[in-house]
Amino acid sequence: MRAYTPKDNVQKKPYYTDRYWVAPQVAKTDVSEDAVFAADLEAIRAKFEVLDAYIQVKQMVVVINAADNFGVIELMKNELEYNQLSELSAIDWLAKEGKFEIFYQMLSMSKRKRIRVKCKISEKESIQSVEKLFRSADWSEREMYDMFGVVVNNHPFMKRILMPDDWEGFPLRKTYPLQGDEFAQWYEVDKIFGKEARDIIGPENRDPARVDRYDTERFARLGHEVPRGTDISQGEPVTPLCYQESDGVFLIEKFDAEKSVVISDRDR
Amino acid sequence: MAQHQVNYLKDGGLPVALTTIDKVVNWGRSNSLWALTYGLACCGIEMMASGASRYDFDRFGTIFRASPRQAELMIVAGTLTKKHAEFIRRLYDQMTEPKWVISMGSCANTGGMFNTYATVQGVDRVIPVDLYLPGCAPRPETLQYAVLLLQQKIRRESASRAQKPKRLM
Ligand code: SF4
Repeated sequence: MRAYTPKDNVQKKPYYTDRYWVAPQVAKTDVSEDAVFAADLEAIRAKFEVLDAYIQVKQMVVVINAADNFGVIELMKNELEYNQLSELSAIDWLAKEGKFEIFYQMLSMSKRKRIRVKCKISEKESIQSVEKLFRSADWSEREMYDMFGVVVNNHPFMKRILMPDDWEGFPLRKTYPLQGDEFAQWYEVDKIFGKEARDIIGPENRDPARVDRYDTERFARLGHEVPRGTDISQGEPVTPLCYQESDGVFLIEKFDAEKSVVISDRDR
Repeated sequence: MAQHQVNYLKDGGLPVALTTIDKVVNWGRSNSLWALTYGLACCGIEMMASGASRYDFDRFGTIFRASPRQAELMIVAGTLTKKHAEFIRRLYDQMTEPKWVISMGSCANTGGMFNTYATVQGVDRVIPVDLYLPGCAPRPETLQYAVLLLQQKIRRESASRAQKPKRLM
């Protein structure tokens, strides 16, 4: 016989540990395999320092110094025909390396190639804006600032884009709690009613599935409605579902179910 | 001048009916609930469907208005973000008394599946709610039933001017 394991608290225990989990690595190949990329890399190397370069999933990845970012993107736009900046954002590696990784995803329509330019900056550093080269960088850089707190120099309108202007904290950082810090949890109460209302309104209920069967202040059972605050621990009366009061409504004809007609042909 | 004669007493017509002021006022209020268009997310689609021809809200006297000053019912249909909380309060304050609020869908009731930093965990943290409508998203029939329940609630209330406006705090 199998040993009995109690199953009543199965949700409380983690049922999965990542002890043997290894992050999957996408294979990297050498840049010399692709003639177009090799030529592009040579052009970049001629003017700027390249820390690392490889091909991953048919895209070249070039790692550069953060100070060169404007120059490299300008070179790629004007000379190497990478005429579209499709994506720009940051990745939070603060816990591991104390740095943000900034990446620029670029597309060349004429060469039909994509290149990703990467650079790393530490938390206190800022980066040069590429908004002068690509208008699409405008909102992307604002979003990067909003979500990660990466400050961008020479940006025409460096302001939060998604979160409210008076928000504190950067929500996409790994250290930001999913359900918000204290500022986030009380944000709407503080702003609308003031801090002194916190006691009256109370903390957020973060368990939306919580239903107390006997709590008639907050919940009502359909077909068993009672006045608010009634004690129903001894059971509650049945109140049949009705669309109008049972004795009819003043000046309104009562709906008579007997007289109604059910249409069987819905497409009539 | 109309040529025909209407026997109001016989045909159950309007002009002569003995009742209380409360009843007349509440009859008027409950059967002309003009709702503020307040679709915030996917629930808003169901709210629009309720207003469109198949479900036809107009026959209950519920007509959507685009201005809070012409509305007395706010159907909060969708996810209320923290950024927007201040504006929902402002719009609610702009509605004239008496006013009612239906919180439509899980998101408006409790924050629903968006248990995150950016979502208000229930609109009742910001404005007083009369009726919570469960579902994700509730079907138009459910919204209609909610409006009918709200009508019943309004008919039970006193229509007096001394009636206190609802306050959250
Ligand atoms: S309750 Fe469901 S349908 Fe309604 S807004 Fe939320 S997620 Fe959308």
